[in-house]
Amino acid sequence: MSAALKTKALDATAQAFLSRYEGLRARLPGSLTARDEAAARLREAGLPQPREEAWRFTHLRPMADIQFVEPLTPVEDCARLLARLPEIDAPRLVFVEGRYRPDLSTPPDGIAVRVGGPAGEAVLTGEKMVDLNTMLSEDGAEIVVADGVDGGTLVLASLALDRDGRPGAFHPRHAVTLGRGAKLTLIDVAVGEGVYLSNTVLAIRAGEAAHLTHLRMQLESSRAFSFATIAADIAEGGEYDSFTLTIGARLSRNEVHATLAGPNAIAHLNAARMLRGQQHGDFTTIIRHAAPHCASRQTVKTVLDNAARGVFQGKIEVARGAQKTDGYQMNQALLLSRDCEMSSKPQLEIYADDVKCSHGATVGEIDAEQLFYLRSRGIPHEEARAILIRAFLAEAIEGISHEAGRVAMERCVDAWWGVKPV
Amino acid sequence: MLEIKGLTAAIGDKQILNGVDLVVPPGEVHAIMGPNGAGKSTLSYILSGRPGYEVTGGEASFDGKDLLELEPEERAALGVFLAFQYPVELPGVGNANFLRTALNALRRARGEAEMDAPSFLKLARAEMKRLSMPDDMLKRNVNVGFSGGEKKRNEVLQMAILKPKLAILDETDSGLDIDALRIVAEGVNAQRGPDFSALVITHYQRLLDYIVPDRVHVLSAGRIIRSGGPELAKELEANGYAGIVAEAA
Repeated sequence: MSAALKTKALDATAQAFLSRYEGLRARLPGSLTARDEAAARLREAGLPQPREEAWRFTHLRPMADIQFVEPLTPVEDCARLLARLPEIDAPRLVFVEGRYRPDLSTPPDGIAVRVGGPAGEAVLTGEKMVDLNTMLSEDGAEIVVADGVDGGTLVLASLALDRDGRPGAFHPRHAVTLGRGAKLTLIDVAVGEGVYLSNTVLAIRAGEAAHLTHLRMQLESSRAFSFATIAADIAEGGEYDSFTLTIGARLSRNEVHATLAGPNAIAHLNAARMLRGQQHGDFTTIIRHAAPHCASRQTVKTVLDNAARGVFQGKIEVARGAQKTDGYQMNQALLLSRDCEMSSKPQLEIYADDVKCSHGATVGEIDAEQLFYLRSRGIPHEEARAILIRAFLAEAIEGISHEAGRVAMERCVDAWWGVKPV
Repeated sequence: MLEIKGLTAAIGDKQILNGVDLVVPPGEVHAIMGPNGAGKSTLSYILSGRPGYEVTGGEASFDGKDLLELEPEERAALGVFLAFQYPVELPGVGNANFLRTALNALRRARGEAEMDAPSFLKLARAEMKRLSMPDDMLKRNVNVGFSGGEKKRNEVLQMAILKPKLAILDETDSGLDIDALRIVAEGVNAQRGPDFSALVITHYQRLLDYIVPDRVHVLSAGRIIRSGGPELAKELEANGYAGIVAEAA
């Protein structure tokens, strides 16, 4: 099919979502005003197109051939998918195809959780995938940790079942709010089977001196389409420390908009990705340094095999007056085949004069000298390769201070390569 | 027993080895000396299977097995070990894990049971003590941030743990001060026995004061031009290579 026809088909995909909205409209929870406005924008502008700069490297065309339908109300026990969640002894909130499943969940004590509709206030209005979410979102978790409370660890899981021939589309809308000095470790896991579209929006507000550790494990089905957009607002002295592991999905985009809104706020947006086959993974970050003395850190490590494609777009904006900003961004890719491709786009927009911002990008193959060194010690070729790939990712993963989370991440990496832990 | 017959090899279009003949019987330590560019490192890399060299003729076998047909890891399983002139840094790979993975890979290849972590640590700590290496070198990443001397000691530690039947030491003395040299030499001497042989490649005679060889060979322009007892090393130290090279030409 020609590109023009595909674009038309994508219009048809947008049209299908709009029609579904018309059909569901009366039954959707909450106010319709924001939904109607989002629908109007989508009707006007459609889904993201390659001609838009922010979507230059990530084309939604593969979605155009798929007729997504409203997910069924799930009743399955989901045992096989639940077994794939990391073994972490913590309360959990489980969503199946975008809907909360109380029977599979163990809500936390000491943290307020509300479900039953899209959570949080409007964020990133006008971003197309967010608008799509706003229009169709049915459920989500609103998680609030009160001032001074240490909320411990909470697992937020998204499960998707194989609906054989009836691929579902779902749009969960979550919000996490940490009060002054509050703490939380949120372990955010997505697993699934078959073809589906998951389009999540998460709004984060970290109050003064609050600390949110956000460990994300994207283990979606290799045939799935997965979009997650995060808007994080970090107040004075607050910290948002996130690590995203991307292994799954045919096509995925993780987009994080983080605003360092008060002095001495910190954001870490680290990531490790392992993609192969025809997988396409996009990690897009926009960090706004809106106040002085803030720090942001990003280390993104990508391993690509076969014909996989990786995208990293990292923008750092330093507002006028955001003096003493300390921004660091490093993007490293390891290419295991001649057919894979990495696209990298760092952007710095600096309007203050006393700042320290750096960025770097490397793309390379497995080092032949290192490989020979390992093999000369008796380690077989495939095992030596796996050790070096794991080592490449280790620098990123070792930085995760939450031990159970780190172990869970390491297990995913090892499982992917079939390396047994040494 | 290492047997090399008429070995010739090239890197790209450049001929490096021009017919090397050498036999190292079990239990013996042989030194290979020679001027820069003689092909000493090339010989060690070809014996251990480093990619990038083309063997154009001749043969090399160990214990009757054709080395040149084997993958590097298969040569290691046979008992061949190369102590690198420039040990490779492996960021993200812990030294203890590396050593244990290597040891167990060799044990698997030889049909032996794998060693568990506690037994391995006990073994590693004992060997490290002998090499005056601090315990924390097990926790660090392989050779990352190691000084030149620490890297060489780490090579000898690997040798002590992997217990090869043939060790090829490629300028293990370079970059070592006299105390480190003595420790490294003791590490090698501790391995000596009827089932251990070694090829000690060095530019200087100094190392051979500590690792006394059974035979000394002079490699020049890709051939062994002279062989003798330990006294040959002393002669080279006194007179340099020029005389011998001119004589052979």
